[in-house]
Amino acid sequence: MTDLLRVEDLRVSFSTRHGMVAALHGIGFALKAGETLGIVGESGSGKSVTSLAVMRLLDRAGRIASGRIVFQGRDITRAKHGDLRSLRGAAMSMIFQNPRSALNPIRTVEQQIVDVLRAHKPITLSAARAQALELLRAVLIRNPEQRLHAYPAELSGGMCQRVMIAMAMACEPALLIADEPTTGLDVTTQKAVMDLLAGITAQRGMAMILITHDLGLAARYCGEIAVMERGLMVEQGPTATLFQAPKHPYTQRLIAASPTRRSTLADLAQGEPVAPASVIQRPPGTGPLLDLRHVLKVFTGDVRAVDDVSFSLPPGGSLGLVGESGSGKSTLSRLICRLIDLDGGDIIFQGESISAIPANDFHRSPRRRDVQIVFQDPHDSLNPRFTAFDCIAHPLRRLEKMRDGAALTTRVHEAASRAGLPMDLLERYPHQLSGGQKARVGIARAIAPRPRLLVLDEPTAALDVSIQAVILQLLDRLRKEDDLAMLFVSHDLNVVRMLCDDLVVLQHGKVVEAGPSAAVFENPQSGYTRSLLDAIPHFDPHATAPLLQVAEG
Amino acid sequence: MSAAAIQRTSTARHVLFILRGNPVTAIASLGTALLVLIAIFAPFLTPYDPIASDVAHALAPPDAAHWAGTDQLGRDIFSRIVAAARLDLFIAVTAVGLSFVVGAVVGGFCGYRGGRLDRWVGRFVDVLMAFPLFVLAMALVAALGNRMENIIIATAVINLPFYIRFARAEVNVRRNAGWVEAARACGDSHLSVVLRFLLPNVLPAMAVQISLNLGWAILNAAGLSFIGLGVQAPTPEWGIMVAEGARFITTGKWWLVAFPGLALMLTVLFFNLLGDGLRDILDPRMRT
Repeated sequence: MTDLLRVEDLRVSFSTRHGMVAALHGIGFALKAGETLGIVGESGSGKSVTSLAVMRLLDRAGRIASGRIVFQGRDITRAKHGDLRSLRGAAMSMIFQNPRSALNPIRTVEQQIVDVLRAHKPITLSAARAQALELLRAVLIRNPEQRLHAYPAELSGGMCQRVMIAMAMACEPALLIADEPTTGLDVTTQKAVMDLLAGITAQRGMAMILITHDLGLAARYCGEIAVMERGLMVEQGPTATLFQAPKHPYTQRLIAASPTRRSTLADLAQGEPVAPASVIQRPPGTGPLLDLRHVLKVFTGDVRAVDDVSFSLPPGGSLGLVGESGSGKSTLSRLICRLIDLDGGDIIFQGESISAIPANDFHRSPRRRDVQIVFQDPHDSLNPRFTAFDCIAHPLRRLEKMRDGAALTTRVHEAASRAGLPMDLLERYPHQLSGGQKARVGIARAIAPRPRLLVLDEPTAALDVSIQAVILQLLDRLRKEDDLAMLFVSHDLNVVRMLCDDLVVLQHGKVVEAGPSAAVFENPQSGYTRSLLDAIPHFDPHATAPLLQVAEG
Repeated sequence: MSAAAIQRTSTARHVLFILRGNPVTAIASLGTALLVLIAIFAPFLTPYDPIASDVAHALAPPDAAHWAGTDQLGRDIFSRIVAAARLDLFIAVTAVGLSFVVGAVVGGFCGYRGGRLDRWVGRFVDVLMAFPLFVLAMALVAALGNRMENIIIATAVINLPFYIRFARAEVNVRRNAGWVEAARACGDSHLSVVLRFLLPNVLPAMAVQISLNLGWAILNAAGLSFIGLGVQAPTPEWGIMVAEGARFITTGKWWLVAFPGLALMLTVLFFNLLGDGLRDILDPRMRT
């Protein structure tokens, strides 16, 4: 059988302020009809550029310097835009990362699907409408007749991605490129969308290229995997062999850094010292550091974001708060940090109620420095006008009334070095730092005033796996060195299991399950926890069972 | 070298980098700097007393003694233009500064807090903007009295709605940013979040507005003087000079209008061209 798509020695470069920058240094791969290829790699590896080059959707600054793209036996490397337009959508189509921004907000679902159909086929409006309904049924949308007339804003993220899939397969293309199709979605939604995608492509004999940073996802849904690093395909092969016997050091590093069902923090180790410098011994028998009693938060419209939540955290303990979007975990973390007021219940910190102080006045409370927070997006959480030094010095200036001088500099340097941030980066502004460095600034800022409790709101969600591994080890070390209690808010159960002694699972603002992490992980009691666990895509280098069960089904 | 010294040299290098990459900004900056210098040293730069009349030499065309000629009372026009630069710039800078400070703070709080405050201020701004602004300025000066501080107040008031709206919109999109919450976790009150975090971040975008408004404020002050509601004769002011000179344009005495008009036009042009460069200079994110 001939190849459906063949890419040979493809080189792409972009013209920038600093001259031409090469994004792809000669990559090649081939795909037959009905095959699924996973392209994995970290940010900046060139995986999205590859897909855009294949679709010939590179923007003005980017151009194909050399190489060939052959699709259905036709060289499309230099094809004209008119010819490409008939190809795109009809023979190859693409699903983008953020479904909401890829859909036109002012047109209904039906109109958008009909647009795609009528752009490529001579078909009557009523026939197109009938087919749109069929497509919505095919992507398993409930009440398809009603959803046809919905606008994208009225649909959930998972629903929008289903509509995108319906549009992508409207003209039965031979090739589907999915660029991080489930990155913004919850794990259970991710599983549903990916199962659907795998089922549809298998059933219709479509080839698929899945671009993802998630090795588990690629392992579960792809027959072949290509690993990209800095514009090169460093390794390529069938999924099972690639995961069982990775040859390239980068692949090995990537696999090691990805948390799995069995991995421990030490497994992810690559260079960062794992063992704490010194472990503080705590006298046993002290009361809880943090105690939540029937905490309630109601938003306008009688939405109970946090509904009767109780749990406690011992000094130096670590608790994972797990749930999907809308579970109230972020609201809860802000309640505990006393950034917002609660509507009922009590929060006891070191034996003292802190919920009585209004959130507006909490900045004056001596407890303010004891509870610190690390935010989800390291970029968004740093003031663009502060240097890294000022970011870390800020809580010291505000909470400990420190003036500029040797004492302040010492404390900032101490916090930075404990967070593993090189001193020469302290004079830089956030936009001059990488994602991992910004995460370290955020952590250094939070530990600078020497808090007793650190709330971590998805601190690694925006980071690449290799950086995530390093940051997780850093957090674990800090906790042990300082006897610092940590409340780890996350949607990623694998990460929480490695870092936390205890676990609280939230759904719709309520606690559905709580207990020691190991026990919850081994033997989940609630159906919701089980579905969360099942939904996490895994790869297991030692598994003998075929990995492609779902795609075949 | 100390950290502060490194900071200073890198700022200077950044400014030079922006100016080199953007010759228009460089010219506008030079022009503006020159204007400011002229305004500061005006008393030392005038070859003649700007209000001393010399009827013997009235309406003399430009020559070596009087570079821009003389007016109907024989006053040296060049000296009057130089002297007027100080007054016009002073009015523009104080008026725009006043509306910027008040507008940024009011708009900043509206954008951050929202709610009732935001609604009331928003409606007030709508009402203010519904007036033809120049007529509003005229009414204010007429009501408050024909003095310089009232011209400044009137100019500030008609500029105010733009600053409130601008600051409100810019703060509003940033109020849920992670670094705002982070600042609160670091012990900042709402007040200091707005004043020390949000407003400095909005400043680069507002710099463009400020420099455009400076030009507009000068035109406005000159306009008020032109119709007789601003600075009074014999004080040298570009608007009055144009107004008085206009009477002589039909008899071919062009220099009475042309030179003050040119000064006015160049000043407004420099300020308008300065805007984009100023934003690039003020925004640390442009330092790469």
